[in-house]
Amino acid sequence: MPSNRPITPSSLSIKDLPWQIHWNKDKCTLCGSCTAVCPVNAIELGVFRKRSVETALGINRSSSSVFKVYQGIRQKTDPAYSCIGCAMCTQVCPNDAIMPMKSDEVGKLAYHINQGGQPRRRGGRRNVTGGLLDQIKFIRISMLTDPALDAGRHEFELRTLLGRVLPPEESLAHFKSNGWIPPVREIYPLIIGSMSFGALSPPMWEGLQMGVTYLNEEMNMPVRVCTGEGGCPPRLLRSRFLQYVILQVASGYFGWDEIIHAIPEMKVDPCAIEIKYGQGAKPGDGGLLMWNKVNNLIAAIRGVPAGISLPSPPTHQTQYSIEESVAKMIQSMSMAWGFRVPVYPKISATSTALAVLNNLTRNAYASGLAIDGEDGGTGAAYDVSMNSMGHPIATNIRDSYLNLVALGKQNEIPLFAGGGVGKSGNLASNAAALIMLGASGVQIGKYIMQAAAGCLGSETDRCNICNIGLCPKGITSQDPRLYRRLNPEDVAQRVVDVYLSFDTELKKIVAPLGRSTSLPIGMSDALGINDFNAAERLNIKYVV
Amino acid sequence: MCRLFAITSDTPVSPLVALNALDVMREGHDGSGVGLFLRDLGGAFDEMKDAPILSGIFTKEGIKRLDTFMMNLGFMTKYKISFKLPKNTPEGIPKRDMYLIRAYEYPEEWEGRNFEELGKELMNIRLTLREKGKAEQDMIVFSFWPDVIMLKEIGDPLTVGRYLQLDREDLRARVIMAQGRQNTNYAINLYACHPFFLQGISTMTNGENTAFVPIKEFLMSRGFPGYTGFQSDSEVFTHILHYTLTKLGLGLEAYKHIITPLQGAAFENHPNALLLRQLKQSCRSMIIDGPNCVIGSLPDHSLFMVQDRKKLRPGVVGGRPGQYAFSSEICGLDAVIPDRDKSKDFQPMHLDTAIIGPDRQEIKICHQTDPLPLLH
Repeated sequence: MPSNRPITPSSLSIKDLPWQIHWNKDKCTLCGSCTAVCPVNAIELGVFRKRSVETALGINRSSSSVFKVYQGIRQKTDPAYSCIGCAMCTQVCPNDAIMPMKSDEVGKLAYHINQGGQPRRRGGRRNVTGGLLDQIKFIRISMLTDPALDAGRHEFELRTLLGRVLPPEESLAHFKSNGWIPPVREIYPLIIGSMSFGALSPPMWEGLQMGVTYLNEEMNMPVRVCTGEGGCPPRLLRSRFLQYVILQVASGYFGWDEIIHAIPEMKVDPCAIEIKYGQGAKPGDGGLLMWNKVNNLIAAIRGVPAGISLPSPPTHQTQYSIEESVAKMIQSMSMAWGFRVPVYPKISATSTALAVLNNLTRNAYASGLAIDGEDGGTGAAYDVSMNSMGHPIATNIRDSYLNLVALGKQNEIPLFAGGGVGKSGNLASNAAALIMLGASGVQIGKYIMQAAAGCLGSETDRCNICNIGLCPKGITSQDPRLYRRLNPEDVAQRVVDVYLSFDTELKKIVAPLGRSTSLPIGMSDALGINDFNAAERLNIKYVV
Repeated sequence: MCRLFAITSDTPVSPLVALNALDVMREGHDGSGVGLFLRDLGGAFDEMKDAPILSGIFTKEGIKRLDTFMMNLGFMTKYKISFKLPKNTPEGIPKRDMYLIRAYEYPEEWEGRNFEELGKELMNIRLTLREKGKAEQDMIVFSFWPDVIMLKEIGDPLTVGRYLQLDREDLRARVIMAQGRQNTNYAINLYACHPFFLQGISTMTNGENTAFVPIKEFLMSRGFPGYTGFQSDSEVFTHILHYTLTKLGLGLEAYKHIITPLQGAAFENHPNALLLRQLKQSCRSMIIDGPNCVIGSLPDHSLFMVQDRKKLRPGVVGGRPGQYAFSSEICGLDAVIPDRDKSKDFQPMHLDTAIIGPDRQEIKICHQTDPLPLLH
């Protein structure tokens, strides 16, 4: 370093960065693939000057030193260009000559990633690995007196209900008198949660829809996918495939002009309407689609100008309280589809969830409640919201379920849990644990991106640049040069793979517990955990 | 595993007949306990069909407390069966002060009450006695209902029967259910012993109920005081039947639609598909999921058997007009009704409800895919 090289407060060395590029000169072919593929331009061609000392062997010759030049890879240290660890360089390198490595300490970058006074925003999840769901085991294995069922051969019915279910006496009374019976959908308990058209690239969205359609029409699995807040492509709105779709309305109301106008032309009803009041990744904060991703297509579907950031307000601006939301939005949405479509709110997990739930129990049109825990993912949010805001899903879903049990309404208002399901790859066991804690079903988002499209993001702060449209896999990008990397057919195939394997794994969990005729919602006696306080809190068994 | 035997007969039979059948099937149970349910009684009780009969086990203190309690309510003893027990209690049977079977005269001020009101009161008295007995460990109460006697004890069924000298003329019934019990997941407790009784409805079960906790939570949240106990995971079968018949006003043929609803094409194509969908959805929390064979008795004296969705438990019904029996195993049936037409024996499968009506003339098979009677 020259003695006069300026050192500013934010001057970092490679050691200070969270990810460090390890590059092997011997293997490198200097093909340039890595620098071309790097989504954040963290590496560039470097020209290195190196002195080599040539020691004379004889006494007649004098030693000398020469300066040589070699070309290689240089990692940038400017915070704006710091490596994100996505390892696309490794993926494209023909000789395996390059790989980002995680720093052995918490990088200094965190202190400087707010240049210009703009706090860090990113996509992904809370940067904490593991979680309580992974610790829960299924302990009530049927042995001896009653043998376990056969996951491979017995008949299983693993569907759940989405919609307001009347209590038995009322249900019969309404049936006899031809009264109104709220719409109820029988669906698969693993739902692809809300990821908007805009947050996701066109091939990713198309792949999800195709995969879901295949599961419904070829595999007899009534899987549903939620649109997220970003509207819905016009042709999908007017197709029979809409029945597999849950339309989401959120505080920005993006795309709803198009949806409302399409109602008269809809061939089928949508599966349900989800009203988003909150999101686990950024509770109390609205949706955010940064300008980088708002191209002409996205702008058209959402009914907004292109090239501007689209921050949704934290709350629905026309309403003051959840009571009003329940009274107005759920009812008006129900009315829009002639009371034939279930309408339910989605909130972020919070210590105030019970207040929301209790309110819903008193509203005949409320069809359920989706709760999104702190480990939920997002396409864009402030880092601080993601890391520090929110409530874990396990206790929130358990409290909510037991609250319904106390009211005798546990079968009337289905609870759907989301947020970190399958975070460590244990999708089926996480989902089953939540179901046995009281959820009627679970929602996944990040998991399906990882499993069906190869999303690289992880909770060690890897990649996580979904917000700026530079997704190196083309999953969350709106740039055709990036998203052409993703083939929608391949995504659809993987969606089917994921669901079929999940189905088998779920059977491998419930069959030994002796369950097959109905989804074991609230079967808490099957659960155990080796953490005494967690066991007490969740009202499950403490096992060591 | 448990072993079950139930008999319905034109002429009253001794409970020992059922215990003999259990003994024949002893390889299937461990002799850890026995439960007996007697209805449509013979002997002296035949003349007092309306008098509520209290069945239970009492300590000396307990019987005093019972007498005071019942007298305060205005109940007068009408008739009782006294057991003279041998001095030596057989091994494995606890020593008790008193096995009580006592018919009462209703309090005078109860006159004019309809049966529904009486039923509610009788249940409340039984539950109150049970609570009181739990506190002092001096009373165990099985049933308090007209024309119903119940008896439960720990020990080998036949040994218990002989010890109590049940083969007596004044203890005969036309409907008898008996269970030899192997306790599985829950503590040894007489309240965990089948059959279970609630307001004239009684069932006993072979098998484990794996959906017990959610079902229990659902029943407890119905706000009905009779849905209590839950010392056994099989007790909920009685409660669900009670709920089906009394709260939903449906018939016995709907019971299987509640506990093991149809699936797939059979469900979609059922003539009452719309109704069944309502039932399946709204009664989802009462879907049983274990390997279970349920035998039950209804107030109209009919007897029935249903199997779980996969038919994982043994069960057979056979007999001749005037006398039919349900048994876990054919050898139990052979022991009691050897001279029947065995080709007419029937083993109910996953869709069947086998019913012997009050007339005891035939085995009626109610198939789950059959149309349901009209709702009214």
